Amino acid sequence: MIRLPVPLTIGAVLSAIFLAMALLSFAWTPHDVEQLVIADRLQPASGQFWLGTDQFGRDLLSMLMVGARVSLAVALVAVGIGVALGVPLGLAAAATRGSLLDEVIMRGNDLIFAFPSLVIAILITAVFGPSAFNAIIAIGIFNIPVFARVSRGGALSLWTLDYILAARVAGKGKVRISAEHILPNIANLLIVQATIQFSLGILAEAALSYVGLSVQPPTPSWGRMLADAQTMIYTHPMLAVLPGLAIVLMVLGLNLMGDGLRDLLDPRLRRQRQ
Amino acid sequence: MLRYILGRLVSLSLSLIVASLVIFTVIEVIPGDPAAFMLGLNADDSTVAALRADLGLDGSRAECYVAWITGMVQGDFGTSYTYRVPVADLVADRLWVSLPLAVLSLILSTLIAFPIGLIAAANRGRAADYGIMGGTQLGIAVPNFWFAMLLVLVFAVNLHWFNAGGFPGWGTPIMALKSLVLPSIALALPQAAILARVMRSALIETLAQDYMRTARAKGLSRRQAVLRHALRNALIPVLTIIGLQFSFLLAGAIIIENVFFLPGLGRLIFQGITQRDLVVVESVTMLLVFAVIVVTFLVDIAYAIADPRLRRRG
Repeated sequence: MIRLPVPLTIGAVLSAIFLAMALLSFAWTPHDVEQLVIADRLQPASGQFWLGTDQFGRDLLSMLMVGARVSLAVALVAVGIGVALGVPLGLAAAATRGSLLDEVIMRGNDLIFAFPSLVIAILITAVFGPSAFNAIIAIGIFNIPVFARVSRGGALSLWTLDYILAARVAGKGKVRISAEHILPNIANLLIVQATIQFSLGILAEAALSYVGLSVQPPTPSWGRMLADAQTMIYTHPMLAVLPGLAIVLMVLGLNLMGDGLRDLLDPRLRRQRQ
Repeated sequence: MLRYILGRLVSLSLSLIVASLVIFTVIEVIPGDPAAFMLGLNADDSTVAALRADLGLDGSRAECYVAWITGMVQGDFGTSYTYRVPVADLVADRLWVSLPLAVLSLILSTLIAFPIGLIAAANRGRAADYGIMGGTQLGIAVPNFWFAMLLVLVFAVNLHWFNAGGFPGWGTPIMALKSLVLPSIALALPQAAILARVMRSALIETLAQDYMRTARAKGLSRRQAVLRHALRNALIPVLTIIGLQFSFLLAGAIIIENVFFLPGLGRLIFQGITQRDLVVVESVTMLLVFAVIVVTFLVDIAYAIADPRLRRRG
């Protein structure tokens, strides 16, 4: 039996818990998150409200569950955008190393890297209107150069190997080689990078929704819950503590999983361990 | 070296041009006529047209862009629609909050990260290392605005050591500095966690190099060898991260300023967005991007000074 490293296990368990919470929220939440019951406002944790209620009488646990869904969905689609556009660009740049195309792609990457991402994300969501969709676009754009760079770097070292040369001699074109031989071999790198970008995406979504530029009410999100809790911090600090803890545990879980996966998938590190 | 700097200068100007085009285009897409927005629903067309001309909204898009850029270069950032004062004056006021905040946080995060990274690297694989690495994992996962709220909860609400927010102005320097303490800690700690990790891995890598063994062999003590050879080489990646962090700190400051109600550039942008004060949004965003790109450029140059090998590659 393979023994998984402890951090990887902790990370996977934490991520699984939040994923389960998010998925469950589609089918069932303890209470309706969109219904304001003023009579139930600011209830402490009890049998009826496991984590208590906020100043509008909404059940905190239900809000955290739906918040997990929003957070995961935004970050996941943003990673998807990064992979879908970044990886082909990176592969194309590597396949045409030193050409004008390579140069243009890489300079374009540098340029996006030079931008302060949060400033631009705020600008985009402010101009096109605050919504989950625009938050996804704003976060996703900055994932593209990350994946382009990682896949180009991984692909460049592969292009010099003998079996790629053999494939070229066999008459395969650059596109086919990239898809059939390069891509599967850089999949490890991409998976690790995806978990990192995923956790960064969750932090970015939290920041955007904290300033009101992501998903709009009545849909709850972790960042918005924090913003709402700010005025209540003197009397009901738990309202601010719980959503923050959710963000920290989710991001921590993903980061631990990313680190663990990198150790597990990197053959060089594996050999060192043995 | 000169060729290297020139090359970097070319890409610096290219970045700035593209950045300004992107910001200009994004702002242009904003729905609604700012002049009509400012004057309200009852304004007649001729008044709106007059204000449009006054604000420089007439003319082709290209003319507007050129006018904006030449103005920025000369220090004229336009006039705020809502405040009716030059944006440059607004920026100058706010800069005295945002800049000290960013600099304080950068100093703080470096001061925290260096010793921690050194201790972790020196004790690699031992309990101290695991403890520090675990702590930094947590530090990376904490959103700085939430950490800010926790600081307010502990040090302002419970202990009454600091105010929960606001800024008294530099008329009373001690009070002004005091009001920046919690915000800069909130900004600095998550950055320090990243920096400490980079510091640790860079040191571990240089400690394993052959020249470290050579240094010890020629009679240097471990401490001398680390200080004279390992630290200098480890500083190269650390320097890059510090440069990158400046951009995070500027952007992070936007959020943190909202938590502590600090009248900085971040709040200026948000006010501009809600009041549709496009001139403010456009110019302040461009200014922030300019600052980040210039800092990145300076880091590249510092990098080349620290590592002569880079210069030759140019």
